[in-house]
Amino acid sequence: MPVPDYSSDEMMTVSAARALRDGVSCFVGIGLPSAAANLARATHAPGLVLIYESGTIGAKPDRLPLSIGDGILAETADAVVSVPEIFNYWLQPGRIDVGFLSAAQIDKFGNINTTVIGGDYAAPKTRLPGSGGAPEIAASCREVIVVVRQTLRSFVERVDFVTSVGHGSGPGTRQRLGLTGAGPLKIITDLGVLEPDPATREFVLTGLYPGVSVADARSRTGWDLAAAAELQTVGPPSPSELAALRGFTSQANAKE
Amino acid sequence: MAEIVPLAEAVALAVRDGDTVAMEGFTHLIPFAAGHEVIRQRRRDLTLVRMTPDLIYDQLIGAGCARKLVFSWGGNPGVGSLHRFRDAVEHSWPAPLELEEHSHAGMANRYVAGASGLPFGVLRGYSGTGLMAEGMDSVRSITCPFTGEILTAVSALNPDVAIIHAQRADTSGNVQFWGITGVQKEAVLAAERSIVTVEEVVPHLEPRPDGVVLPSWTVSYVAAVPGGSRPSYALGYYDRDNDYYLAWDPIARDRDAFQRWLDTEIFGAPEPAAPEPAGGR
Repeated sequence: MPVPDYSSDEMMTVSAARALRDGVSCFVGIGLPSAAANLARATHAPGLVLIYESGTIGAKPDRLPLSIGDGILAETADAVVSVPEIFNYWLQPGRIDVGFLSAAQIDKFGNINTTVIGGDYAAPKTRLPGSGGAPEIAASCREVIVVVRQTLRSFVERVDFVTSVGHGSGPGTRQRLGLTGAGPLKIITDLGVLEPDPATREFVLTGLYPGVSVADARSRTGWDLAAAAELQTVGPPSPSELAALRGFTSQANAKE
Repeated sequence: MAEIVPLAEAVALAVRDGDTVAMEGFTHLIPFAAGHEVIRQRRRDLTLVRMTPDLIYDQLIGAGCARKLVFSWGGNPGVGSLHRFRDAVEHSWPAPLELEEHSHAGMANRYVAGASGLPFGVLRGYSGTGLMAEGMDSVRSITCPFTGEILTAVSALNPDVAIIHAQRADTSGNVQFWGITGVQKEAVLAAERSIVTVEEVVPHLEPRPDGVVLPSWTVSYVAAVPGGSRPSYALGYYDRDNDYYLAWDPIARDRDAFQRWLDTEIFGAPEPAAPEPAGGR
């Protein structure tokens, strides 16, 4: 098959952007989610309301911010509020439709680790940045979408540390913990799309990108990944999607 | 009333060895020059409090000023790790670093409680997370006395010193900042003492949309330090130096490179001179 004219990272970002409907409000995490959310707003979802934990509500940046607190976010926002206010008034009551997060590790129930890998908490092998806003985004947004590259290191049977709760240990966990949002409903990777099984809450493969096989996805998953009976093929990036994305990334002076 | 003094004097007066120090500024208005002055004055055994440690605490930790870090997200935004922070946690270099770790929402509510004179803040959060499982002293479950809902209590933060950077102060020491205002107001009101560095001292503050004003009597010391938040930014004055955040990565990865940075940029550099107050503007 011919070599596609886009990278797997570009396919992932386009796929993640498509998951955001026009007109919804989206609490945007740092990194991959920010690129996808901005792409969505630049293409099919001009009415997407971007909310960053820096307190910027309705930000409309014309270039990709490097941080979640770049000046362009404040300058283009409908409102700028304090950090206590963004979490207490806006996120906590369930006012925000979609939480858009990334992960260093994610497990089959969509629990996210961005805290420590290996060893134990007090003496970790690798110290990661930690929680940031993610635990409460994962708890309180009406639904959560996770954007993350799929590797054996990142897709694990059980995360080393639960930074942000997904579906916990299966059905009923979120209700028992009093988590008000629906939790992660999609994991979007550089291979395809995973969604939770309605009964077990375990993530199963529901979509693949052109040229990717179920075996490819299974070989990069640390649990026994099931595939949905009706597996969707996700369409490749359109020329306009690619042009918009590359317009952003050529302006960005930073790596991911 | 706030005293308007040079930065070195403010740090000498307000920051003592062993203090709990909160330097706040959420991406925007990070008080870098003040942090560098704390390193220059070789303060030790500090408990450093900050939601996003950022480069400023990577530098203080690497320089050996910190005994403990209270924080919620310790990365280099958009770039990757804070390597001095990681070296301290993973290899106890240059000294072991005790951690008190929270989420952003938890930290924000701890400052709100501190500013409010309450012993704790309350939120929906932490349930089911590893942080809750670690059983830290500063997080507890609490039952709502009205509904019976199980909520989370986080203990108040009341630092010895809060240090922030603002766009302006007037000659009476009233402080004004705008744009992304983070938790700076809460940090100053929660703290026993405070230092505010400012881009400029002006005769009168003009009202700003969404601007925050800290009256002079809530602040201990004001120091005029133009550019005092570089490589962070001051809205209306200068942009975030994203290239510096990228360039920090290789410096911080290497202990020798970091030591050279300390020797040339901090100990080899003079303390910033106090500029003359701006005239009529």
